[in-house]
Amino acid sequence: MYVAVKGGEAAIRNAHRLLADRRRGDRSVPALTLEQIVEQLALACDRVMAEGSVHDRDLAALAIKQARGDLIEAIFLLRAYRTTLPRFGYSEPVDTAKMQVERRISATYKDLPGGQMLGPTFDYTHRLLDPSLARDETVDEPERRDGDDTPAMRVSDILAEEGLIEADGEVDSEEVGDLTRTPMEFPMARDTRLQALARGDEGFLLALGYSTQRGYARSHPFAGEIRIGEVDVEFHVPELGFAITLGRIRVTECQMVNQFQGSAKAPPQFTRGYGLVFGQSERKAMAMALCDRALRAAELGEDIVAPAQDEEFVISHSDNVQATGFVEHLKLPHYVDFQAELDLVRRMRGEHTRRRDTQDNMPEAAE
Amino acid sequence: MAVTGQVVEGGFGDPVFASQSVFRAVMDAMARPGTVQAIATDAMPPAPLNAAAAAVVLALADSDTPLWLDAELAKSEAVRGWLAFHTGAPLAGTPSDAVFALAANPAAVPPLTGFALGTQEYPDRSTTLIVQVESLTGGPVLTLTGPGIETTQAIAPRPLPGHFEVQWREINGLYPRGLDLILAAPDAVICLPRTARIGNEEL
Amino acid sequence: MQGTEDKAAHAARQKRLSALASADGRDILALWEKLGIDPACEMVRGPETGLIALRGRIGGGGAPFNFGEATATRATVRLENGAIGHSLTLGRDRLKAKLIAILDALAQDAAMESKIDEMIVRPLQASLAERDSKRRSETAATKVDFFTMVRGDD
Repeated sequence: MYVAVKGGEAAIRNAHRLLADRRRGDRSVPALTLEQIVEQLALACDRVMAEGSVHDRDLAALAIKQARGDLIEAIFLLRAYRTTLPRFGYSEPVDTAKMQVERRISATYKDLPGGQMLGPTFDYTHRLLDPSLARDETVDEPERRDGDDTPAMRVSDILAEEGLIEADGEVDSEEVGDLTRTPMEFPMARDTRLQALARGDEGFLLALGYSTQRGYARSHPFAGEIRIGEVDVEFHVPELGFAITLGRIRVTECQMVNQFQGSAKAPPQFTRGYGLVFGQSERKAMAMALCDRALRAAELGEDIVAPAQDEEFVISHSDNVQATGFVEHLKLPHYVDFQAELDLVRRMRGEHTRRRDTQDNMPEAAE
Repeated sequence: MAVTGQVVEGGFGDPVFASQSVFRAVMDAMARPGTVQAIATDAMPPAPLNAAAAAVVLALADSDTPLWLDAELAKSEAVRGWLAFHTGAPLAGTPSDAVFALAANPAAVPPLTGFALGTQEYPDRSTTLIVQVESLTGGPVLTLTGPGIETTQAIAPRPLPGHFEVQWREINGLYPRGLDLILAAPDAVICLPRTARIGNEEL
Repeated sequence: MQGTEDKAAHAARQKRLSALASADGRDILALWEKLGIDPACEMVRGPETGLIALRGRIGGGGAPFNFGEATATRATVRLENGAIGHSLTLGRDRLKAKLIAILDALAQDAAMESKIDEMIVRPLQASLAERDSKRRSETAATKVDFFTMVRGDD
């Protein structure tokens, strides 16, 4: 017998109202504006844009405010919103070589052309909490120095001059894979895999990247180059018949360089992992590049021995919207499922007891 | 491409509601193969596109759906410009790349098996072919059977692609692969989904 | 197939639309108001917001791949004289998209074109260049100057 149960409307309504109240918090504290979130929680917006897979700072800020700062919830909100919009088409590939660079470092070459530009980094801070930030104190204007506007040379091009590094990376198919349009299939081409990694959960990819450094698929990585800055987005507008610039977005690009001892398929050389993420998202771009390289194991003829090399495992579990949906659905009513399991366990338990009783009686019967 | 009034005019006055109503008509026509479903539309496409065929394309095609045009449509800059502006659909180079295909001249429709027919795993990755016809009545009578048809359904569109019955039987034989057909007179459509069969044989 | 005149016109239009799309909507509005005109126009399409799928290249220069989407807004207008203007810009600023489309249509008249370029496009390009130069110099100030420590004798 199955009895459908309805109810909870009033409870849900009141829960929403309570949520709105708690979201707002103490009314004597001024409400956050979206501008404040965009300007002062910029890296939270960047993460929400990257994993929500929609570049729009104001929407990311709104999502963060609505989610009370729960970033995965905010990412979920942004993903849900994107499904309501029509798609106008695909941009021309952004040219990161022409980036208006705001940070650019290499861990492989000290004196690289263009130099090491630290930009607004946490790297050399002492990670000591700064009590002055608890007050609204005046912040100094940044120092300025004449810079030149020639595009910074890529580190991979320096190695390429010696022929010691593989090329940028091609895929067989002419059509560019798009997992928002075609269901995922494994094995996956590198273009589709990179798309999945670009929207993948930062924490998950970080942990996997870390695992490769700890010996689970050793890949000897060096941060060949990390650059952060703005790139033009160009788009071919059909009604115009030519491409125009639609504006600029900030991205983080990471080129991991990995030692490679060679295999039956490729000579000893440096290989690469690539990361490209919205906003200033260095940790994510590095983790993405490490995972990209690890996932190329089959292509490069390496043994697949570690989780980070297992494409189906990594890609299927990297999307935090999918993950949170499936984990959190366990909160929803499973009353009927559980009733069935309860009956089953009771029955098995009864059988177990009967069997034990029979066994207990056996020796006596034999005597 | 020249941006002329002819290109940007003649789209749906109210794209959301117009698309929904055309979608509904096409859905009903697919669900009840052979029935004539009126397409009331304010779309005014450049010739030789007819209004119903144009409305169906406006409702269904977008930048994700490569569109193939027959020679008669492809040679008209106005038609290409109008479809590009109002749907954003890229043009498919060959019939087998087309998600939608639009033919103004039934006699010149290429062999049906040359369109995208899907795969066993993804039979939906196939072409929906829209053929403009002069009329949905007055042609040779074809009797349809299959899902969505209680007994039989008679249709008499004219003109049809050459050797149509033979070609359609070939499509039926590929099931679940195949293609779906929309016959568009200027003011109404008839649909033949791949499950529709012509004639009473082999039920 | 196109004459050189056509090509030059395309290039000018392309530059103008790119500069306008790259600018802040509030800046365009402020400059537009200085122009002091209010042409009658009809919206042929939009302004409507959608998504542009963004592509990068593997390794920076290899095969293209999709790495996310961005919101974008487009508009098409027709002026009373029949001129048609288009716009497409990142973001969700509908007024900006509409203004750019109107400017695109207006600029099809030669006299208006030079006025728009002079009063709107060039100031926007200049302020973008200034912003870039400021950022560049701020970044340059964080450039590392290595110097070698000489140790020991000889």
